[in-house]
Order: sequence, then structure tokens, then C-alpha cells
Amino acid sequence: MKRIYSVLVENRSGVLCKVAGLFSRRNFNIDSLVVGETDDSAVSCMTIVSSGDRRTIEQIEKQLNKKLDVIKVNTFEEEHSISRELMLVKVKYNKGNRKDIMEVCKMMNMENQHAFVVDFSKTHMLIQVCDIPERTQLFLKMLQGISIVEVARTGTVALKKCCETK
Amino acid sequence: MIGADLIIKSLEQEGVEVVFGYPGVAICPFFNSMTNSTIRPVLIRTEQNAAHAANGLARVTGKVGVCAVTSGPGATNLITGIATAFADSIPLVCITGQVDSSLLGSDVFQEADITGAAESFVKYSYLVRDAEDIPRIFKEAFYIASTGRKGPVLIDIPIDVQNQSVGKFKYPEEVKMRTYKPTVKGNIVQIRKVARELAKAKRPVICAGGGVFLADAQKELISFAEQYQLPVVSTMMGIGSLPSEHPLYIGMVGNNGNGYANRAIKESDLLIMVGARVADRAVNRPDLILRDKVLVHIDVDPCEIGKNAGPTIPLVGDAKYIFEDLCKEEVECDHHVWLETLRLYKETMAPKPKMDNPYVDPRRFIRMLSQKMDDDGIYVADVGQNQIWSCHNHVVKKGRFLTSGGMGTMGYSLPAAMGAKIGCPDRQVVAVCGDGAFQMSMMELATMVQHGVEVKMVILKNGMLGMVREYQHTTYKDNYVVVDLSGSPDFGKLAEAYGIDFIRVENMEQAEAGIDQFLKTKGSVLMECLIDPMDLVK
Repeated sequence: MKRIYSVLVENRSGVLCKVAGLFSRRNFNIDSLVVGETDDSAVSCMTIVSSGDRRTIEQIEKQLNKKLDVIKVNTFEEEHSISRELMLVKVKYNKGNRKDIMEVCKMMNMENQHAFVVDFSKTHMLIQVCDIPERTQLFLKMLQGISIVEVARTGTVALKKCCETK
Repeated sequence: MIGADLIIKSLEQEGVEVVFGYPGVAICPFFNSMTNSTIRPVLIRTEQNAAHAANGLARVTGKVGVCAVTSGPGATNLITGIATAFADSIPLVCITGQVDSSLLGSDVFQEADITGAAESFVKYSYLVRDAEDIPRIFKEAFYIASTGRKGPVLIDIPIDVQNQSVGKFKYPEEVKMRTYKPTVKGNIVQIRKVARELAKAKRPVICAGGGVFLADAQKELISFAEQYQLPVVSTMMGIGSLPSEHPLYIGMVGNNGNGYANRAIKESDLLIMVGARVADRAVNRPDLILRDKVLVHIDVDPCEIGKNAGPTIPLVGDAKYIFEDLCKEEVECDHHVWLETLRLYKETMAPKPKMDNPYVDPRRFIRMLSQKMDDDGIYVADVGQNQIWSCHNHVVKKGRFLTSGGMGTMGYSLPAAMGAKIGCPDRQVVAVCGDGAFQMSMMELATMVQHGVEVKMVILKNGMLGMVREYQHTTYKDNYVVVDLSGSPDFGKLAEAYGIDFIRVENMEQAEAGIDQFLKTKGSVLMECLIDPMDLVK
């Protein structure tokens, strides 16, 4: 089972280490972990995606709540959230494959603008993708076979959907 | 006034009387500021034992134990003591000196990232950056250590922060932490559910863990058990929560427990776990426990509930208040048939004492010793075969039984006994260990002599690391590797070297006279008992 934990923590040095350390010590998975300041500069928000059986998922929430630097833990499933991942992909292109690359970007943009070419040279282009994590993965898969030079991903950020927020 | 003065004043505000410690340059301002304080420093002989001594003191007084050591190796040496306290949820405040804050991270002499290294063994830790924060941090640290699920809190203080000039000392009256609000009272809906199960149950059992002591709920446990006539088993950490000879007390559970206590759990239809982890050492296959019984799990730490097993009814809160609330429920129940069955199990399944042992029989010896001890005496067992024999044979009357249950730290008994004696100078304190564990902590004999701490020590000597030897006997077909303790000193001469009385008992004929003399002796005394090197706990 996959779970997203949106964790509000005190914005102090060492807190990231304490939370990440909890996951390794307790043998919990981290699929991704993102940290950033919130509207309150004293508070950071960590978005952690993890998976495990029912007991593990429950333990993760309890153990997070037990940490003295943790203010609040919100747990939700992917379908009850709006989640996004930002990815930068640098590819090497030539006359032969340029069209294919643009085609993949176009497919990504069927409904919304998700993929852009944000930088380029005569040989390379840098594509920015911002989409649900599943589709950023899909984009990467589509580009396989085309020479990917570098990839940088943020990991998932997510918040509970408005209609589910009390 | 400097930062170090603020630390001492904060400790005074918390009612601290003794600090176990070991100095070094990085903690010198702190000890220097102690000169004009009522707080007494006790110089321990190795840092790990400072935490064990504070641990022993905390467990018998119910106060927070305090230890202070220097940076680098002093701090890293302390870690095993911190981890031992963490595993048994003992409230400690551990102070470590640190190198100058401008040098942090540059690997200078005696620098160690102790808050990082100890992270998974502390309830919380602080690295103090500004001396003005010291009163708030100490107020929080004592509050965190002694509330909710208790545990050690580490405060790392760079030397320049200790030396920093500060204004007036003002100790906060209350703690303001938005992230920490431990649950105390149990949820009344859940308590009613437990009462309903209690009314239905035919074979209920309470399993008491160390949490009963931490909540200071021994009296409430007895009232609860007596009111509804519920049999009580205990984990190793729960020994003594009910007096050993109380008619409702069955025995210790677990893989080293009494067969009849384990049978009580196995055959129960309602198991009320209180302040216990339901860990592997206490319950065989915790994952299967729910197959044939209702499990009520009471703990102040919500994380413990459901971590290893079940439960059917989770109940978060302080055991003291929960027992009180449960007593008010007035459930009708009659368990005399079940109690009779358990009494019969105990009678028929209890191992018969072997009378032909040419050595000192540790079982009969410990029973005799504990019967002769003062009613409120404190018995500290070490780790190894001596621990298991102690668990099974020590009779708790009104006293306490202390041991390192969670971490199983060898060498715990001597320093913990010393801390217990300093905490309760009027009570008799006996430490029982093997010759392996004794040699891990025997440097503390000097501490006892220096500070006039009266600890009665028993070495059950078999010249072996007995517990491991037993494991090698059962698992490796008697292939004994690195368990021979040849080269150990003559303990009589060692005691003499420290100016401590010594008694040697070679067989059961000498036991009674030996014990009488041992308990009568003023000052610290060391008693060596020769036991069969091939003896087994199982």
C-alpha cells in the first residue's frame, strides 16, 4: 500500500535528519521525500511518500507523531490528493530524433501544458515536466532510446484535495 | 553570571541533588560552577556507568537522573548508558560538553557529533547555541524526560556557550511546546469496552510491564487485580509490580519465564497488557496472539500499541489513572475456578530444587538471600544467567527489582546499585552479577569507596560467560568459543586492594552463614559464590 504523509515540522536544523533517520532505523521505505518552508517561516512541510503493509503504514504515522519536532501529520492516499512532481530532463538530439522528442512532449500536453523545452543548444535540449508522478515516470519511459544525458526530479509534493479538507 | 551558572541553577530548580559525571576540558565550566552549589558531583570511573548510576537513582526515587560528561570520547562512552535507559524508558537528563561552537564540524580535538550519534537512543536532544536558552531548554528537558513515555534527553553544550556571559537567571514556570502533549487519562469509551470484556471473560490475565513502575501505579494495579480477582503475570521489567508472594501473582512470562506463567497467557481468553511492549522476549509469536483471545493493550505511548501485536482494544494513557477508572466500573465477575487452575499449574509445574549440587546452587542461594534481605531492599540483577536465576528466585516483598531488561547491558548492576543507594541511602541495596559482568564494571569499586556508597555485591562465579556458554551448548553442540574467563583476578585480593570486605561461599552448607555475614557487614562488601560452570538456566 502506498501512502502520502504531509508532515508539518519545526523549521530547525537537524529536523530533516531526525525524520529521515526514523525511517531508516525503523526499516520503513521512503519512495520520496520533499521539504520546503510553509507560509510560516518557523514551519516546514515534508511530503513523504512511503509504502508498506497496514501495520507499517500505521506505525509510520504514529512514529512521526511521536517525534518532538513534528507539529502535525496528515496521511492520505494518492487518489485523495493532488500530487505533482517536477522533473528536468536533458537530452542529446539530432535531426533524426528531434521530431520524436517533440512528439512525446506534445502527447504529454494533450490536456494541459505539462512539458516544455526550457533551454536548448545546437546539440542538447532541456525539458521541464511537471505532472502527477506516474506521468513524469511515463515521460521518462517514452524518452528511453533517445539519449538522456541527465535527469533531476523533485519527488512528490502533495496536498489533500479541497473537497476532503474539513 | 555565565551559561554554566544557569545550568547549575536550572538543576537546582529541578531538585537535583547528585550529578554522576566525568570531567574533561569541554565540561569544566559546568563542574566549576557546581563548586558553590548544594548539588553533589559523584566522580564515576567510566562514562557509561554515569548513565547507569543515574538510571538506578531514577528508578528508585522516581526523579530524573542526571549525568554530565565531557565531549568526544566522554560523550560517545555515554551512549550505551543512554541506550540502556532508552530501552527501559528511564528518565535521564544527560549533559555533554562540546567543543567551541565556532569549531563545530571541523574535527578538532575531542569533537564528536553526539546529538547525531545518539539520535535513535534519546527521547529528544538539544545542541545549545545561545546560553540565554539554557533555562528554557532545561525546563523542557526535565519535562520531556519525566512525562509521557519517559526516557533520556541529551543536552550538548559547547564550552563557549557555558562560558558566555548572561543576564539574570529566570526559570520558566511552565513548558510551552506545541508539539508535545502526552496523553494521561484513558479514553472512557475504551475503558467501558474493557469493562465489558472483563464481565464476559472466563480466563482473564493481566500482564504487567515496566510501565507500571514508570506510572507509579503499583498500588492501583494491586487494587484493580484484587477488586476483580485477576491473576497477574509480569514481564522481566514488571517483576515486583505485585509482591512475589501475593496470591494473585503467577510469575514471569517469556522465553526465559516460568512455564506456568506462559501457560496462563496461552490459555487466557482476555489478556490485559499494561506498560509492556509485547516484544519477542516476552511473548512467543506476538503476531498470533489474537487468534484465541481478546487483547487489551494499555500504554502511554501510542506507538507501542499495535507495533508487535493486535490489539483488540487499544487504550492509550497513564496506567495509574486507567486502573483507577477501571476500578470504578464495578464489573461483576468470579474467577475462582480459573485462579484455582493457575495455582495448580504453579504447584505442579514449578521446577523442584536440585539438592545434590556440590557448588552453590544459584536458585536456592538467591531465594535465601532475598528472603533474608530487608523487606524494602533493592535487588539489582545484572545480565546473563544470573539475571534469569534472579528473575525466577528473587522474592520481592516491598522492595524493588532492577535490571537492564530491554537492552540487556552487561555491567549494569554495580553502577545502577550505586545510583540506587545514593538515591535511597536508608535502604539496603544488593547487586547480583556474574564474573563476566562484574569485570565490566569493577572499576566502580573505587567510586563506592571514594563516596562511601554502601553496595552489597554478589558474584556468581563460574569462570565462564555462562549465558553464551549455555547457548553454545544448545546451539553449537558444546563448541565453546570465547566464553572462558581464565585470567580473571583473585576477587578476594581485589576487594582487599580496595579495602572492601570479602566473603567466599563455596557450597550450600556455607550459604546461610555467608549471607548473614554479608547482610550484616557495614559498608560495601563483595561475596563470591562458586557455582557449577556447567549449570543451565533452562
